[in-house]
Amino acid sequence: MIGITSYGAYIPFYRLSRDELARAWGRSILGGEKAVANFDEDSVTMAVAAALDSIDGFARDQIGGLFFATTTSPYQEKGCASIIAAAADLPRDTRIADFCNSLRSGTIALSSALDAVNAGSADNVIVTAADCRLGAAGGESEQLFGDGAAAVMLGNSEVIASIEGSFSIANEFMDRWRSGDDVSVRSWEARFVISEGYLATMQEAISGILKKHGLSAKDINKAVFYAPDPRSHTTLARSIGFEPRNQVQDPLHTTVGNAGAASALMMLVAALEESKAGDMILLANYSDGADAFLLQVTEQIDKLGKRRGVKGHLGMKMMLPRYELYLEFRELIETEPPNFPEPISPSPVVMWRERKKNLALYGAKCKQCGMVQYPPQRVCINCQAKDDFEDYRFSDKTGRLFTYGANYLLTRDPNPPEFYSYVDMDGGGRMVLLMTDRDPTEVKIGMPVEMTFRRIYKSAGINNYYWKCKPVR
Amino acid sequence: MESIKDKVAIIGMGCTQFGELWDKSPQDLIIDACYEAFEDAGIEPKDIQAAWIGTRYSGATAITLSYPLKLQYIPVTRVENLCATGTEAIRAAAYAVIAGACDIALAVGMEKLKDTGYGLIPSPLGDSDISDTGVDPLRMIPPPASFGAQGIRYFHHYGLSEEEGKRTIAKIAVKNHHNGSLNPKAQYQREVTLEQVINAPIVSWPLGLLDCCGVSDGAAAAIVTRADMAKNFRDDPVYIKSFAISVGARQATLRQDYDFVHFEENVRAAKTAYAEVGIKDPFKELDLGIVHDCFTITELLIYEDLGWCPRGGAKEYIDSGAFELGGELPVNTDGGLKCFGHPLGASGLRMIYEVYKQMQGKAGPRQVPNARLGLTHNLASLVGQNVASIAILGSEVG
Repeated sequence: MIGITSYGAYIPFYRLSRDELARAWGRSILGGEKAVANFDEDSVTMAVAAALDSIDGFARDQIGGLFFATTTSPYQEKGCASIIAAAADLPRDTRIADFCNSLRSGTIALSSALDAVNAGSADNVIVTAADCRLGAAGGESEQLFGDGAAAVMLGNSEVIASIEGSFSIANEFMDRWRSGDDVSVRSWEARFVISEGYLATMQEAISGILKKHGLSAKDINKAVFYAPDPRSHTTLARSIGFEPRNQVQDPLHTTVGNAGAASALMMLVAALEESKAGDMILLANYSDGADAFLLQVTEQIDKLGKRRGVKGHLGMKMMLPRYELYLEFRELIETEPPNFPEPISPSPVVMWRERKKNLALYGAKCKQCGMVQYPPQRVCINCQAKDDFEDYRFSDKTGRLFTYGANYLLTRDPNPPEFYSYVDMDGGGRMVLLMTDRDPTEVKIGMPVEMTFRRIYKSAGINNYYWKCKPVR
Repeated sequence: MESIKDKVAIIGMGCTQFGELWDKSPQDLIIDACYEAFEDAGIEPKDIQAAWIGTRYSGATAITLSYPLKLQYIPVTRVENLCATGTEAIRAAAYAVIAGACDIALAVGMEKLKDTGYGLIPSPLGDSDISDTGVDPLRMIPPPASFGAQGIRYFHHYGLSEEEGKRTIAKIAVKNHHNGSLNPKAQYQREVTLEQVINAPIVSWPLGLLDCCGVSDGAAAAIVTRADMAKNFRDDPVYIKSFAISVGARQATLRQDYDFVHFEENVRAAKTAYAEVGIKDPFKELDLGIVHDCFTITELLIYEDLGWCPRGGAKEYIDSGAFELGGELPVNTDGGLKCFGHPLGASGLRMIYEVYKQMQGKAGPRQVPNARLGLTHNLASLVGQNVASIAILGSEVG
């Protein structure tokens, strides 16, 4: 049996109330809030978080592939699945691929992973989708778009939901686009986009797969389908004949927003979180055509360990106090820089040399005296033994705050204070890390923290990634 | 191991005005400090047989010194050890004299920080290291955040409330500003009140703007010779009793057992220096101490590290005025880094300049009566990876 073997998700800690957008621009098209990536997050860091959520309970050598889907890759030229695989500490023979540009790339990647597993060329392939899209300031897209990530793992044993079939359509259609020079997404007039594009194509894909399997709308327990906005979502559900209350999966528009390439998979994860064995799930995704899948949940779903997923992340949040901070997080306004030296641009030679430490967060444990140390050493700080260490991964460890510097003035952090954290790790080792996603009033000596992969800074076009700590929630 | 005690004497010193010296170049500062030292020693530049220049940011190679002074092909070396750089210059010069490699040597420390454009001293570690990816917070941490983290831990460790802790360290700033107000060479020559220090904008909790030393330009110079030759130059040379230096290996950030309420490097350097001089009770035996008050919390920790008060006892001693002018052990009689700023290369020699003048009874309104034994102390870099450098000087042999 081939299907989903695990899932995970990530929603950034910050949310922006749409009332706050209305405060800034004088109009609001819907209520609720949108999830906003912190200033140190992007699609890669969010995908890492979702991928790690999905890996929980699996050995790294069980993972055969990592496919990354996004429309907001931090690089125009250079893959990012390799960064995610490195941060997740996946084996060197992991198959990686980046699926970029299309809003449908999450399910396009899913199809490819399915084919790979079907063909026997890889098992337990993680498909992680993340997006962090920009709508022009003051517009509808800015209100609708939200940031987030999801990961589903496909394999051929211990499947929690089998994939019974799929159906795809290719359809060239100019509804939304963003060229190299554009900062934000452009779109064509809504009635054409929705009626001739979204509704027509999705109806064709959904009825196509139902017909292929001899099913009707009422046979589906959960209809999980992408929609650009809440209204189109409702319209499509009605037109197919889905009962909006019990049959249709919440598109997360009022809690996360439209998370682009990640949307459909985030909804799928949310659906799996609430599913029971035997449930029939329809998954449909749109853009440049459409994908539809039919899944059936198995008994195995009860055996999958608890993960944060969508539900867990929805419960962990802090409201962004003001819209201007969002503009600063996304670098949409130029703000006064601190009178403090710019970081130097990283040397790719050093980035490569330190990849295991910086991306997979490895320290070392002395085989002579047992002391755990970060960064990895050649001469032990405790017993001075030379070159007698074993690798020790910190990314999945927690720790407690020993003390901290609360830096208000000398910082590029748009939301100071910046917390330099001295952390005593559970199981040994002391680390110096920046703390992110924190409420300044909760920071105190002894508080538990965990590790999170973030972008430290950008320089010379290089996204310099590393780990920070954040409060355990 | 043979002691260096009383083998070398300082016979002349110079120190520029410290401050925002917009119109002075590094060369100007070197010339001003050195010619004051030449005049003080009663010698000519041509009498110098070897020289050392300490600077962190303001010049590469020994030409930084030979060019402005037009030294005539003598051996010159540039040294650097961050905040301990100035003391490194005189340590090297003294060792050369002791070794017999030369009889008269010049040591200079100089820094032009105000040419950098930064209002506060940048992170000491990450600014120029190309072999670093720039992601490690240890490389980026601004000094106030690192020292502030120690303040937070100290308050926690000894159960001081935020208000008590903040008030305690603020008193150090008030003391040093008072001393600085009596010093015409200081960058800041004005008193501050306790309320001003406590209410200053927070840079990195618990350190406010007035808990931080300034950023300035300055230079200082010393001429050293063999102790047995010193009285040929002047009646009141000042003798070098000890140089002690101790360097950490990142213990504080590698080991969970490092407590953050002390600097082990300070403790080790002080122990070595006291042993060399034969000091048993430094609080009683020393007449003054000029220490590295880069932040007020640093000076507090130094009191304890150098054995001037018991562990956790700094507050009581501060409250009693023990370290004020007229107290049992006056500390930073010249105003310290707090009032001089911290031009890295110059600070060590600026401190020695104050001890030198105090020994000679030339410290004016700041004069400590009968000052015969004084200590200077530098602390470079951040917790666990410090360079602690101590010099002890005396007015007499023995």
